[in-house]
Amino acid sequence: MQYAPQLYSAALRMTRNSSDAEDLVQETYLRGYRSFTGFEDGTNLRAWLFRIMTNQYINTYRAKQRRPIETDLADVEDLYLYRRVGNLGALSRSAEDTLLNLFTDEEVKNALEELPEAFRVPVLLADVEGFSYKEIAEMTDVPIGTVMSRLHRGRKAMHKKLYDFAEQRGLIAAGDDEQVKEPTNG
Amino acid sequence: MADCNETIRELETFLDGALSEDGHQAIHAHLEGCPDCLQAFDFHAELRAVIAAKCRNDEMPPGLLSRIEKCFNEDFDGDGQIG
Repeated sequence: MQYAPQLYSAALRMTRNSSDAEDLVQETYLRGYRSFTGFEDGTNLRAWLFRIMTNQYINTYRAKQRRPIETDLADVEDLYLYRRVGNLGALSRSAEDTLLNLFTDEEVKNALEELPEAFRVPVLLADVEGFSYKEIAEMTDVPIGTVMSRLHRGRKAMHKKLYDFAEQRGLIAAGDDEQVKEPTNG
Repeated sequence: MADCNETIRELETFLDGALSEDGHQAIHAHLEGCPDCLQAFDFHAELRAVIAAKCRNDEMPPGLLSRIEKCFNEDFDGDGQIG
């Protein structure tokens, strides 16, 4: 069960609580075990397990939902976070060091977990798990174009949330528009 | 070669590895000569690496693995089948 730790982390991001996440991982392995004859040799075992888990999560989640599923998000301008914190990297050794220290683990997890389900799942599968558009389209059962637009909007909303966290902690001066980078032109 | 607007528009698809070979080359060629766009691409590539690292480091609860293994060896849900 080499993929169990990855599945558990992803299950936590999906369900947002540890007892549901444990149930989801357990159910994923049981379903995988029962339908192992449906597993074709040469297919990627990791992608197959994530597909089972994503299906299971979406079906359970939608069944439990009393209100209509949220498929919309407030619009955020392109490159929102970059235009506000992109220059911080120039001061230090690498952008990654700066970004690593700018946000805590909890903030990054929360920024992802606060996205509505329709956006949270594709962003998780792409940016954390590294699956392709095609794989995500199969796992979530939506067309590739929808995957791409949900990724685009979900990422922007997540990046804005990260900015808000950094601002709340006083790491970035609030509302200082002079810091905003001009869009690159032509 | 793509211009800055075209390049920024393709940022996500490029980082997702989903551009055609020609499309990828065109963006790559632009980035080699444009520090501004390169900085934006670097930032987003690093951001993604940071998000991935921070979102997949959860400790599995002790006992989860053995509980799963146990299910494989018994009729867990009473349907008359193992598993």
